[in-house]
Amino acid sequence: MDKIYAHPKSLRNIQTHYCPGCGHGIAHRIIAEIVDELGIRERVIAVAPVGCAVIAYDYWDFDCSEAAHGRALAVATAIKRVRPENIVFTYQGDGDLAAIGTNETIHAANRGENLTVVFINNAVYGMTGGQMAPTTLLNQKTATTVKGREAGIHGYPLKISEMLALLPGVKYIERVSLHSPQEIIKTKKAIKQAFSNQIEGIGFSLVEVLSPCPTYWGMQPKEALDWIKEVMVKKFPLGRIK
Amino acid sequence: MSGNEAIAEGAIRAGCCFYAGYPITPQNELIGYMSVHMPENKRIFIQAESEIAAINMVFGASAAGSRAMTSSSSPGISLKQEGISYIAGAQLPAVIVNIMRAGPGLGNIWPAQSDYFQATRGGGNGEYRCIVLAPSSVQESFDMMFSAFNLADKYRNPVIVLGDGMLGQMMEPVWLPVAGCRLPVAVKKPWALTGCKEREQNIVKSFYMHEGDLEKFNLLLQKKYAQIMDSEQRYEEIDTKDAKIILVAYGSMARIAKSAVKSLRAKGIKTGLIRPITLWPFPVKAFQQANRQTGEQANYLSIEMSYGQMVEDVRLAVCGKARVEFLGRSGGGVPTEEEIIKKVNSIK
Ligand SMILES: Cc1ncc(C[n+]2csc(CCOP(=O)(O)OP(=O)(O)O)c2C)c(N)n1
Repeated sequence: MDKIYAHPKSLRNIQTHYCPGCGHGIAHRIIAEIVDELGIRERVIAVAPVGCAVIAYDYWDFDCSEAAHGRALAVATAIKRVRPENIVFTYQGDGDLAAIGTNETIHAANRGENLTVVFINNAVYGMTGGQMAPTTLLNQKTATTVKGREAGIHGYPLKISEMLALLPGVKYIERVSLHSPQEIIKTKKAIKQAFSNQIEGIGFSLVEVLSPCPTYWGMQPKEALDWIKEVMVKKFPLGRIK
Repeated sequence: MSGNEAIAEGAIRAGCCFYAGYPITPQNELIGYMSVHMPENKRIFIQAESEIAAINMVFGASAAGSRAMTSSSSPGISLKQEGISYIAGAQLPAVIVNIMRAGPGLGNIWPAQSDYFQATRGGGNGEYRCIVLAPSSVQESFDMMFSAFNLADKYRNPVIVLGDGMLGQMMEPVWLPVAGCRLPVAVKKPWALTGCKEREQNIVKSFYMHEGDLEKFNLLLQKKYAQIMDSEQRYEEIDTKDAKIILVAYGSMARIAKSAVKSLRAKGIKTGLIRPITLWPFPVKAFQQANRQTGEQANYLSIEMSYGQMVEDVRLAVCGKARVEFLGRSGGGVPTEEEIIKKVNSIK
């Protein structure tokens, strides 16, 4: 009998610290499976963010670097320039990539660094207790927008993927979601594409992943998935952006 | 060549393989030199989008096992502090050059030594130390880059080369020891991120969440710092043996102090100079030695392009056993030889 499904070698078989219904665990596993499937475990170097996924390196079993909050793409730029034969990717939340690290994000993209970016958009700051993120939707309640995000006061949800798509250095951007098994399969396909692009030397590739945060959305895990499907995708439409 | 160029050329010859920086006066000749000569020598040069990006690129390059450096001047160095703290916390070797200008804020572009506290006390969050080297001539600026990278690798610790605008801009002849560029023998870095081929996973990080782990790690750092304090103090001494007054000055300031010592000696006033070359570890040993040699207690005069920063370390080194006076200017002003002589005369 053929073995068709197993625990990925690149993922440690341990319990994670993530809340029930959180998307980070799914995204970690997808990446681990891809690293195994592409046979790049011994070449890959991950840059973990500051955010809920700060200890991603405890779950992945391959080389990993920390980066200060928002600076993952500066760190990754240098690692890749020093070791072009390695496969370097960043894994970043919306606060990390699109607020404190916007500058590093835009300029790494604009330099066309041959990197892979997995961008987890959960519309809040998870790590610090559910405050407003740049991607928080209008009217969405967070720890710092208790009455809901108001455009006149807090500005609009930032569509950084669409902004990055304008840059000639950027080669591939796709927005995907974790709200159903079908969408998870598409997510895996997109992230695999972003890794393959780097292997082939195509250039800067980013996948934005809409990811549930039931804890700070104040929802049951199932409700959170439905909220992505019914509300979040309207503001952050899925599909290939570039 | 200028001090800035000498630092750049010294870094390249010392095997610097990665440079990232952001323009700021008065260190623009340094980044300019690197932009031409790093690629020429097949090394990596990146003009970063900010000093924050530059120092984090240095973090990444060093994590990947490369000899890496950045340079800037005071306001830019302030922006790098978070990154330096992470580099110290992750125990990565790195060289950071600060060609100081006057502050606070945007201040101006004239030379100053007002970042002494920031450099020697840590500067960023948490308890860590950078090794701080202070060259006082263009030649020494060149030579010191070899020590800077070697110390960084030896202790897996950030090293700051602390110059000032005067030194950076000054033109002096430099003797370049080896023709062309040869990489020094590669230092083994088994902790570097290279991909986990035929070994376990490597992680570069400064984060210790489990109770007690960070305390254990911090004690390890403290042990390393104690070892550095013990073995790496460097200084130059001039005429301290019979001196009644010992001037203490570093960097460009020490050159003016040196001339003052000469002039004062010519007038029969027994003056000497201690020039700290390492600002951290502060060369406490120089003060113990000076005491022993004179038999009687000399007085000290700390002279700085600041309103009194290094003088605190002089007081700690002297430990209340001698009188410690201070002369300083900051904001672009530099204490002159005449001012020094006047001050010395007022002390004796
Ligand atoms: C310089 C700095 N500022 C603030 C913080 C605190 N902080 C840690 S994570 C975080 C936001 C994380 O949000 P996000 O990037 O969206 O990731 P998530 O936790 O939601 O996965 C903040 C503000 C920090 N660690 N460093």
